[in-house]
Parts: sequence; structure tokens; C-alpha cells
Amino acid sequence: MFIKNRQNWHISENDVTPERLYLNRRSFIGGGAGAAILGASGFAPGVLATPKRQLEELNFTKTAFDPDETLTPYDAVTSYNNYYEFGTGKSDPAEHAWRLQPKPWSVKVEGHVARPGIYDFEDLINMNALEERIYRLRCVEAWSMVIPWIGVPLSSLIKMFEPTSDAKYVAFETLEDKQQMPGVKSFFNVLDWPYREGLRMDEAMNDLAFIAVGLYGKELPNQNGAPLRLVVPWKYGFKSIKSIVRLNFVADQPKTSWKKSAPDEYGFYSNVNPNVDHPRWSQKQERRIGEFGRRETLMFNGYEEEVTHLYAGMNLRKSF
Amino acid sequence: MVLPTRVWRFGIKPVVFAVALIPAAWLAYEWWLAFQGQPHDLGFNPNETSNRFSGDWALRMLLITLALTPLTKILKSPKPILFRRMFGLFAYFYVCLHMLSYIWLDMLFNWPELWADVLKRIYITIGMTAFLMLTPLAITSTKGMVKRLGAKHWQRLHKLIYLIAPLAIIHFFMMRKGFQLEPLVYGAILAVLLLLRLMPGRRKKLAKA
Repeated sequence: MFIKNRQNWHISENDVTPERLYLNRRSFIGGGAGAAILGASGFAPGVLATPKRQLEELNFTKTAFDPDETLTPYDAVTSYNNYYEFGTGKSDPAEHAWRLQPKPWSVKVEGHVARPGIYDFEDLINMNALEERIYRLRCVEAWSMVIPWIGVPLSSLIKMFEPTSDAKYVAFETLEDKQQMPGVKSFFNVLDWPYREGLRMDEAMNDLAFIAVGLYGKELPNQNGAPLRLVVPWKYGFKSIKSIVRLNFVADQPKTSWKKSAPDEYGFYSNVNPNVDHPRWSQKQERRIGEFGRRETLMFNGYEEEVTHLYAGMNLRKSF
Repeated sequence: MVLPTRVWRFGIKPVVFAVALIPAAWLAYEWWLAFQGQPHDLGFNPNETSNRFSGDWALRMLLITLALTPLTKILKSPKPILFRRMFGLFAYFYVCLHMLSYIWLDMLFNWPELWADVLKRIYITIGMTAFLMLTPLAITSTKGMVKRLGAKHWQRLHKLIYLIAPLAIIHFFMMRKGFQLEPLVYGAILAVLLLLRLMPGRRKKLAKA
């Protein structure tokens, strides 16, 4: 028997704003008549003023990647975010990311690969091969979550591009668009956009490295990095770059955004490590969102078995 | 400004006092809800919200306090001074809430970790220094203390605020990730308030005349 567990974010079909209404939302709100209709129909204006994308249910298979810990509630995962392109406040992304247009989407692949080019989202992600992986997420700000991601291994994508032996690193870039992203401005910028991240080739090919296109069984909400994002659970959250538009296979270690902004605070590797403090705060402990106390932070965020060999012989205090 | 001092002191001041308490009341109420396990507005990371909220209000009260003296010049009335001690003490009050939020709710009285944090994290060291420097100002805020110290010594001591306020802004700036706008806005306001003090005052003008 199929038992459907209703999560608190499940809403019934008749709560869904009709697509026509949703698409016309701006002209709708703009018109004075709109207000009257809003009042008469009992719609809360706020619901239409910050429209939410209709997130499709995804088909996926379960995997053994499950730490067997309490999942962070959907509400928290989708409204407590760091996505500076939409503002530096934790609730800014949930508030402003509706401007992002994740469909259609394409990713530019270049560098040392046999098959460079511009790939459509549909060509990159085999929607019939999606799997669920429940990973811990440890933010560099010392808070953490447990999130059920839906996606594909990063290695499956990389193999598709056939990197050559000169490809030592993969560089990633997030979309940079002033129209869609209010945090990307022409005058005062927190970071040098576009947001850049990178992995060493063996890190990228590690089985844990994942490209997520959904969470909690549905498509990724915009604020979580729609339509596709990286998830590297043994590294601090900022390594898991969102809304990827470019992959570049390069020979030298790529310049990454946070490292560029504060090289003494954020390193290229940024592996979760309770023994190496951030210059401004301790990384020994973390606060699991939803809990009041603090937990001990685990080496490589608890993924020691899977990734320790990647850093054999390296001084993790120096290569932080 | 036409209202008599009596009305300011006994009519308007209690109202301002009550209004300045609202953020603290909100914070206490939300924490009470959180502890009861009820829905609250502290967000998904209540400790972070609480640390930031109390810190923000401490800074705002500090800036209001520093705004009152220049305001006397602008309004050409000494009335704002009636509120200066009150806002100064509110600044200290919110700093205390900030400390409570950090030491109790965030660090859970983990003294060894706390001590390590104070020594190791420059922004916490700076914040703590500002707090420690503000304490004697709060203690010597009573009329009795002004008399005991003598106006001259009292004033010299309270000039410490010109050191405390920039330290508080630096603490705020350093705490943020990246190059963020908000601390710079607070810093700019402080800079304006300090520059206004360099404007020629009424007394000097009168003396010249």
C-alpha cells in the first residue's frame, strides 16, 4: 500500500494560483480593478505580490546516502538561505528570488574537454536517473541542516564532457543578472560577481559530489539555487554553488569568490574542519537549525570515510 | 520647544521611555514563546536573530544619545539634553541584553569557550572592550555620582563615549561577511554626529559677539 505522508508544505490542488493569474500577476496587481477583485475573491495580496514558482514533483530513487538524522523542515530549508545575489539577509533570497527565471536554462561548458558547448538543462540532467541523497549541510557561519536533495552525481555530468588530462580543476559560475538579482548592483557589491567556485578534479569525481535539481521530492525553489546547483557536503556550504551557468575545466586552481574577498578567512578547499577555526569564530561546534543547543562539528562534516583519502599528505591547516 | 520643561520631563519623557522599551519587550516575549515551544518570530536561527537584534538596538540607542547634543544646536534649544541620560542608559541596557543573548542563549555559559572567543576573535575583543568601557559611564550616570566626581572629572570620563562608539561600529563591521553596506551606514551616521560637534557652538559665538 502506498501511504502518502503529508508534509506541512503540501497544499491541495485548489490552493494553487491558476497559472493564467500567476502569469499576469504584475498587470493584475497594478490595476486598480485588481485590488477590488483581490478583495472580493479573498486572495491575500501578499500571495500574489511575491509569486512562488509552481514546483513540479520529481521521480527519483532512494539511495543509501542517509545519515539517519532528523530532516531540517522544508520551511527552514527554503526560507533561511545565503544567496547574496538576492541580498545579504537570511530571508532576502526567499523574498526576492522569484525574479529568477530558471526555465529555460543552459550551461556553458568549456576548457579542457572533448565536448565543449552550450548544454540545455534537459540535455544535462537525465530526469529519469534522479536519485535522492540526504546530506548534512554545514555553513561556514556555524549552523547546519539535514537536507534531502534530488539530483545526479556530478561525475555523471563530467564524464559526458570527456575532460582531457589537462583538466586538473573544474571552475563553476553562478548566473550574474542585474534584472533578476537585486543583490547584483552596479555601485555597491558585497562580492565580485559572478559568484565563482571550484573543485579539484578528484574532488569533483568523488561519489559524494552531487548536482541537485530538487529537494524534498520537488524541483529546487529559486532561493535554493534553481535550476541546478552543486552539493559538496564535506565542505562548507558556500562551496556548493547555486544556479550554475558555466563549467570551465582548467589546469590551474581557479579563483573562487570568497577566497578572493578574504583570503585569510576562506580557502580554496574549505573542508569542514573543527580543528581549524575561522579567524573570527570557532568551527568546533555548530547549531543545527531547529535546535537550541550546539553540536560538535565532525571532521569533513562526518564524511571522513568517503573523502579523507583525497587529502592524504596535505596540511589541512595550511590548505584550509 | 514651546512646551514647558515640566511637560517634557513628566509628560513626554515617560512616553519616550515606554517606546524605547518596545524592542526589548518584543525580544523577551518572542524568547518566551520559543521556550514554550510555540510559534515565534525569531526565525529559524533564534540565537543569530537575538544577537543581531539586541546589537542593532544598542547601536541605535548609542547613536540617538550622540545625536542629542548636536540637536540642541540645530534646534537652538537645550531640551534634547533632558533625554540624553535616558538614551545613554538605554544603550547600556541593550548592550546588556546583547551580552545576555550571547553569553547565555548562544554560548550557554560555556566559559572556557567564551574566554577563548573573547581573546581570539578580534571583533569580540573589540565588542567586549566597548562594553567594559561603557559600564563606568552607566554607573556614574546618577546625579549623586556627578557630584561625587565633580563636573570636570565626570565630563572627562564620559568623553570615553567618543572611543566606545567607533569601537562598536568596528565590531559591527567586522562581524559581517564580505563588504556590507549596513555597518557603513551606521558608521557614516556616527561620523556626521561627531563632525557636527566641531561646528562652532552658541557659546563661542556669543562670546565673540
